[in-house]
Amino acid sequence: MPAIEVTDLRKRYGQVDALAGLTMTVGRGEVFGFLGPNGAGKTTTVKLLLGLARPTSGTGKVLGAPMGDLATRRKIGYLPELFRYQQWLKAREVLTLHGELIGLPRARRGAAADEALKIVGLADRANDVVGKFSKGMQQRLGLGAALLGEPALIVLDEPTSALDPVGRVDVRGIVRAAADRGAAVFLNSHLLSEVEQVCDRVAIIDHGRVVASGELDDVLGQAETKVRVDGISPSDLPAFERFGTPTIEGDTLAIRPMDAAQVPDLVAILVGMGAKVYEVRAGRSSLEHRFLDLVARDRPPAGTPSAERLR
Amino acid sequence: MIAIAKLTIGEAARRRVLWVLVILALVAVGLSAWGVWALVDAARADPNIGDYIPLLVSQILILIAFMFGFVLVMTAAFFGAPAIAAELESGIAQAMLARPLRRASYLLGRWLGLAVVIVAYAVFSGLLAIGAVGLVSGYVPPNPILPVAFLAGQALILLSLTVLLSTRLSPIAGGAIAVVAFGLAWVAGVLGKIGLAIGSTTLVSISDAVRYILPTDAFWQGVVYGLEPSIVINSVGDEVLARSSPFFASSPPSAAILAWSVIWTVLVLALAVNQLRRREL
Repeated sequence: MPAIEVTDLRKRYGQVDALAGLTMTVGRGEVFGFLGPNGAGKTTTVKLLLGLARPTSGTGKVLGAPMGDLATRRKIGYLPELFRYQQWLKAREVLTLHGELIGLPRARRGAAADEALKIVGLADRANDVVGKFSKGMQQRLGLGAALLGEPALIVLDEPTSALDPVGRVDVRGIVRAAADRGAAVFLNSHLLSEVEQVCDRVAIIDHGRVVASGELDDVLGQAETKVRVDGISPSDLPAFERFGTPTIEGDTLAIRPMDAAQVPDLVAILVGMGAKVYEVRAGRSSLEHRFLDLVARDRPPAGTPSAERLR
Repeated sequence: MIAIAKLTIGEAARRRVLWVLVILALVAVGLSAWGVWALVDAARADPNIGDYIPLLVSQILILIAFMFGFVLVMTAAFFGAPAIAAELESGIAQAMLARPLRRASYLLGRWLGLAVVIVAYAVFSGLLAIGAVGLVSGYVPPNPILPVAFLAGQALILLSLTVLLSTRLSPIAGGAIAVVAFGLAWVAGVLGKIGLAIGSTTLVSISDAVRYILPTDAFWQGVVYGLEPSIVINSVGDEVLARSSPFFASSPPSAAILAWSVIWTVLVLALAVNQLRRREL
């Protein structure tokens, strides 16, 4: 039984399709990266999975039960994108409250709260009032709440948006540890590096539908070649189109996708044109390029008002 | 639901505004008792007024109750209006409602917690005022619990309305609408009394209709009636001017309107739950 299984999920807000037929499966014990630009439908998906919003059509199961099932939510930890907790409560009290809400026995709530605070690095601030916390600390607290009671599914919506680099590394460790324990982690993010470093599988979502999904290697599969070169201009680019799509990035000519076997031919052409070749790197494109390839195709130019859409 | 109610009570207790209200109530009661003492002292010296001391004191008590009633209603409006709306706006509610917590339990827990705080404040300030005035004047209403209960009931009615508004409107909009509605209901009550005194059935009908839409004024009638000595009720008789005063009541609110108030509260809370359930968070 997968942790999440949704089929043709649709959500319409007025005239806007926030989700336009989302189909995906997330297995148990895997870290699943859900990537997309702002307004792609990531948070809408999370809200549907948790029952905070209802789909216009389509079906979905979470941990084997219909989306939003009350009893199943006991086994789901959730860090909202807009993380905010009772400002007048102490950090430990927030977690014991959430322990109570998920039905932890009274005797275990304190210990569970302390354990979660320790994991997220807030053990020494347990008795401080949340209102005095920085945003980053509040996000850590939210992560602690999401980890309470060893949930079978942990849904993290942009979990490092307020964290410093140290915090981001911590979160990666926490996510991996949860997955090692057997929990499925649904990581909603637009931070590609975060997803690249921690996820087993990814789905890239745009305009409310999945445009690519699979194991990280499959999604990234595209090979590319980068040549640090002097002496070529944009007008020379058509000469390289037989290898792939060429672009000039500063002092580097990048061609994607491009089979590494063609590198000697490319270098021969460059030398023939009189260009000076300093370095040639053949490898895989970064998730960033793949992401841009997938989501930028039909996007209006930056700065166009219609680029902003409903979340 | 109980967890949310306890949380809500804890929230109110840790907020300064509640303690400011308690201190203000103490100051108001202290000053009122001082004023009543001065008045009674002067009246006792004058044999012509001496007999009317209960009448005088009861009228002052009604004015004090009017002030506390207004404070309670405002407290209900300004605690109730953000009860749901502010937590939805900030995201606090979403974090909790993603847990196995029914929206009905969340909303009713918020209402219950605030209701406990408001009733506690009504009992504290009401009995304190009646006790302090009784101590300095010797006049205690026939059944001091009754006016306090009506004061609390009036505030609970308004709390229920603001919690309903809070499921859809921003805190400021909900609070403002509730306070205006309370004011209109009070004015409608006064017009109804004038209608009764001058025999205008139209005015009485309008007033009755408003009472069914928002039954706060029925509770104000209960407060006034509960604070009056029987001598006042008997002596006013059919005097038009007195009968049309919002500070006089010849009878307690009817059992029918009290029963309706209970039904009204249940209906309003059911509607609030329904609104929150249908809302996309």
